[in-house]
Amino acid sequence: MEQKNKPSGVKRLAFLSILLALALILSHVEALIPFSFGIPGIKLGLPNALVLLALYLLGEKEACLLSVTRILLSALLFGTLLSFLYSLTGGILSLVVMILLKKTNRFHVVTVSICGGVTHNLGQLLIAAAFVSNLKVFYYLPVLLLAGFLTGALIGIISRELILRMSHFFRKEL
Amino acid sequence: MSEAEPRKHLKKQDFLLIGILLGGIAVLFLLQAPWDKTAGGAAVITVNGVETGVYPLDKDAVIPIQNAAGEVSNILTIKDGAAKMTEADCPDQYCVHQKKIRHKGETIVCLPNQVVVTVTGGTASEVDAVVR
Repeated sequence: MEQKNKPSGVKRLAFLSILLALALILSHVEALIPFSFGIPGIKLGLPNALVLLALYLLGEKEACLLSVTRILLSALLFGTLLSFLYSLTGGILSLVVMILLKKTNRFHVVTVSICGGVTHNLGQLLIAAAFVSNLKVFYYLPVLLLAGFLTGALIGIISRELILRMSHFFRKEL
Repeated sequence: MSEAEPRKHLKKQDFLLIGILLGGIAVLFLLQAPWDKTAGGAAVITVNGVETGVYPLDKDAVIPIQNAAGEVSNILTIKDGAAKMTEADCPDQYCVHQKKIRHKGETIVCLPNQVVVTVTGGTASEVDAVVR
């Protein structure tokens, strides 16, 4: 099926492309789910499950590439400049934290995901505070961090199941 | 790189980190003193960091708020001692869906218009000077 000269490269590229397409669809699906507690900007973070999948199965560079291109493309398709900046800050901050935590090799995917969720919301709030030039925005900090914790745990559990199943299929060729 | 198959169960260090996070979040919640239901004295409106008005909560009012560009972007309605954002020109309408605010410290934010409305305490002398 595959080219014999560089199977892993081709396979990785194809896999990453599928992940990107799925992440974009999930970004859109997520926007359709009414999931708000009267607090702005709480989301499930479904695309993050795919970023975690890329991080665990492909590597750090691929996870960064997936995250940034996903944020850029979904902003172009469904978002605004402002929502792009929020997503980018939250996305990069949480990705850095997740990569560092994963590198220690001591933490469970669920833990990594929880920390990613919490730091994602923290990053968004920092940008929000800078944009409105008002620290009163931090009134939402506890609620947003808790939301990041819970959604991060949920996404972490989903990711663990995905990684367990996908790695089995994936390692043969790598 | 890809050999890191996820473990079946969480270990001690996971619970430790999760515990620290949850503890931190709990402390942040407690710092806001949610049991403190001091009725607010006034709603302070801030646009892009600049305070544009202070309105007493005991007087019903409909307040148009201008954004940084000088256009009326939001409408704040004060009724029965509580403030609520009743109109906003942004597409997401998050601020309009937020609850009424009446207690000290409660805040409504309209991010696209850089508008922040906060309830200040009724006992603060600075507020009293403005309100009464």
